[in-house]
Amino acid sequence: MSTVLTPAKEKSKTRKAVVDPDWCAGCGDFGVLKSLKSATTDNGVKPHELLLVSGIGCSSNLPGFFYSYAVHSLHGRALPVATGAKLANHNMKVVITGGDGDGYGIGVGHFIHAMRRNLDLTYIVMDNEIYGLTTGQASPTTAEGHKTKTTPRGNVEKPINPLALALTAGATFVARGFSAQPAQLTSLIEQAMAHKGFALIDVFSPCVTYNKLNTYSWFKERVYKLEDEEPDRDLTDFSAAMTKAMEFDSRIPIGLIYRIEKPTYEDTEPVLLKGPLVDQSLGIKKELFDQLLAVTM
Amino acid sequence: MENHGKNSGTAPEKAKEITVGFGGAAGDGLDKSGNTLATVINRLGLYAISYNSYQSLIRGGHTFLRLRISQRKEKCFGDHLNVLLAMNQDSIERHAPEVNPGGVVIFNSDKISCDPSLLQENVHAIALPFKEVTEGIGKLMPIMQNTMALGALLYLANLAFETLHEVLADIFKHKGEEVIEQNVKVAQGGFDYAEQHFESAKISIPWDFTRIAKPFFSGNAAMAMGAVAGGLKFYSAYPMSPASNILHWLVANSEKCSVLVKQAEDEIAVVNLAIGAGHAGVRSMCATSGGGFALMTEAIGEAAMLETPVVIINVQRGGPSTGLPTKTEQGDLNQAMGASQGDFPRVIMAPKSVTDCYHMAGEALNIAEQFQLPVIILSDLLLGENYETIAPDSWSHDVEIKRGELIREVPEIMENNGGFKRYKFTPSGVSPRPVIGSEGMVYVAASDDHDEDGVLISDVFTNPAIRRKINEKRMRKMDGVVKELEPPKLEGPEDSEVTLISWGSTWGVIQEALEQLQDEGITANQLNFKYLFPLHVKEALEILDKCKTTIVVEVNASGQFARHLRAETGFSCTDTILKYDGEPFEPRLITNRVMGILNKEPLDLRVTEKEAREIGYHYIRVHLRDKLRPAQIVHVTKNGYGEPVWVLKLVDRENGEAKGQLTVGMDTGSTYKWDPLN
Repeated sequence: MSTVLTPAKEKSKTRKAVVDPDWCAGCGDFGVLKSLKSATTDNGVKPHELLLVSGIGCSSNLPGFFYSYAVHSLHGRALPVATGAKLANHNMKVVITGGDGDGYGIGVGHFIHAMRRNLDLTYIVMDNEIYGLTTGQASPTTAEGHKTKTTPRGNVEKPINPLALALTAGATFVARGFSAQPAQLTSLIEQAMAHKGFALIDVFSPCVTYNKLNTYSWFKERVYKLEDEEPDRDLTDFSAAMTKAMEFDSRIPIGLIYRIEKPTYEDTEPVLLKGPLVDQSLGIKKELFDQLLAVTM
Repeated sequence: MENHGKNSGTAPEKAKEITVGFGGAAGDGLDKSGNTLATVINRLGLYAISYNSYQSLIRGGHTFLRLRISQRKEKCFGDHLNVLLAMNQDSIERHAPEVNPGGVVIFNSDKISCDPSLLQENVHAIALPFKEVTEGIGKLMPIMQNTMALGALLYLANLAFETLHEVLADIFKHKGEEVIEQNVKVAQGGFDYAEQHFESAKISIPWDFTRIAKPFFSGNAAMAMGAVAGGLKFYSAYPMSPASNILHWLVANSEKCSVLVKQAEDEIAVVNLAIGAGHAGVRSMCATSGGGFALMTEAIGEAAMLETPVVIINVQRGGPSTGLPTKTEQGDLNQAMGASQGDFPRVIMAPKSVTDCYHMAGEALNIAEQFQLPVIILSDLLLGENYETIAPDSWSHDVEIKRGELIREVPEIMENNGGFKRYKFTPSGVSPRPVIGSEGMVYVAASDDHDEDGVLISDVFTNPAIRRKINEKRMRKMDGVVKELEPPKLEGPEDSEVTLISWGSTWGVIQEALEQLQDEGITANQLNFKYLFPLHVKEALEILDKCKTTIVVEVNASGQFARHLRAETGFSCTDTILKYDGEPFEPRLITNRVMGILNKEPLDLRVTEKEAREIGYHYIRVHLRDKLRPAQIVHVTKNGYGEPVWVLKLVDRENGEAKGQLTVGMDTGSTYKWDPLN
């Protein structure tokens, strides 16, 4: 294989990585990658100032196709890795990308706890309502009745509602995008990255190979843009946000559902008042050492 | 370092020492009394080492804290009991018979009594009438019986009362003069009463009080503080006994020490948080016990694959499963060795003492960063939760910090048209690693296997040649690690009849067993392994090939280290001495079994009389509402149970009236039958 890289300068502009995406033609994740590139180049975040963290799944391969620092971690563990990295260097912009299986299935515990901490993280979930990389098993967001490889008689489990879950868990920015609406998605990513606190963007990102139910046309028939239909919504109204989050039928809202300002975890951690951990000095001074021994004497 | 034992050919001088046991129920204030006494000891310039057997074998919720006080630094809590401070009747019943001749049993005679038949020869019952002793001091909390007992103990053990006065003044400083005075008066009352009534029971040890105060630490606190001195910046944990004290120490000192401490939702999050922080470029560590470690295992391989430094401490407790949360074991070596799928470089080390915990934390952080891999420390409950006096100058604030190839600036020579090769194939296997956020060195760290640039070779571009070379690159680090770590050394006379082989925390108790063996006329030495993986195969074999009888001593049921040693070196040891009942080794147990092995006595796993008593107490507690106690215990061979049995005669705890008998199998330990009288 060729390992000749594009010169660094060039990549800074395009965010194009050494390898091209290996997603199926027509995969919704292309749209998310494109919007992420636009959002980061538009708002002037330099490649070395951004850390992308993902888990495992088709969508979790995204960092390999993007030019920035990145960790492609374990299945379901992107959020704790991202949290550790953010706390170690809170000057970095940290964006997590992954899928519904990774985030709402195996990683759902971390999902809830990351939100209640209100760390300054942006979490983009490419939600295709199916397990794609493992060839079409039911996922936590697979619709009731949907026949998949593992639900041949139709799914009997109720799907997770990620937006409602995020609201109750304490996320301070909750949005939904659609990969076929790139301008809105780019704007949502920009706003999420600018938001101080935990931002979730659940993105409908159709799997053209394994999900023949939730297709582009299925979504197009249902989605409507909140900013168009309800331009004067109060984004800080929790109950109104909850109502929008629960709207998942013949009509499905996309756009920003909820946003409030709250101190971030980093703001309230006294050790970080002295600056990012990576820049702090190491070790212990003699005076403190003696003091720590003396309290036991 | 710990260098107080003499292992020359001559018999070591017996130190001036005394072991005090505090027996009572949870809530009786044993820990506080033990701490007060330990502080007195440390300020007098003596040494203390403790072992707290909580959730005692014998009766639910009961605790037995042993504090060994010595002129020299002892390496284990020993196998003596000279003074018993009994807070309740149970403690008398259980522990008074263990007090050695010449010793004393101290108790509040208003509340409890001591049946003289329980005592060994020349053991004195020190009955202190609380009301009489404290008359005129005012209204007192019942817990102040402990303070009275401490006062009496100070007289009987020939310790300096004025130091107790100072310690009490410090402890109760925040409560004001009145409380201090009251406590001192109660202690003085106990001291004076003992002097007036029990002069003949005084244990006149000619202590040499240097009055150089020394620190008193548990292994967990030592590990936490050592890590801070070694540059720790990030610590994550989920509460789990017996590792939680590391978390507590670091939380309490987080701001002072500038260490970010994060409690997480589970151990999977814990280890991934630590990996995230380590990856970003700070020194990070996490700790747990066996069950939590099991949850962490997938991420240990992840750290190796990302080449991210991280230190994971497993403070071992009794397994498997939830096992024995409050009891010690060295049962997780196999787990640490086998944690996570695939082959990858990992380092496993085990501290040999509380003092060593401090040094090992910093060392582990260094190795993790120098070689960009996960380091596992196997501590255990015995080291982690028990306290000992730290010898002066054992530790320094000035710990060497080696960060290896951590970089912030772009290396002068870049490859591939200005691209940065994070996983460059180097002779050492270690490649320069940027602090995340550094300009010009952007890369993807992937848990899928990858090439030098970080591009995946797992999917679209699979490549057997690159896979082979990156696998070798990672594994090459182990050659560097083994050179960096100090090889094991024999302690004691080289041409001994017996070599006791150990890892981690059994070092101390074995050092004492060596002295006992010498007294028995058997020359013995010890080979302790602090670094378990990679193992110093060459150096170990050079030593082992010259040894005569080799015995591995470890606290688990299957001899995990004996097998590991055999797997790594091909060396099969003569025998093993194993303990897996939750309690740590005492030196005499090792000494006796070594003599047994030398005499070719087969291992006898039958229930001993002492164990039959414990099984009896368990039955009494669970089924007979604690109302009885075992009296006589007899051995019966012909019984119809298909094995020899112990028959325990149970009597009423209050009046000694016979109540029935309990039959316990000697081989199986099964409780066959309870035959009540009437």
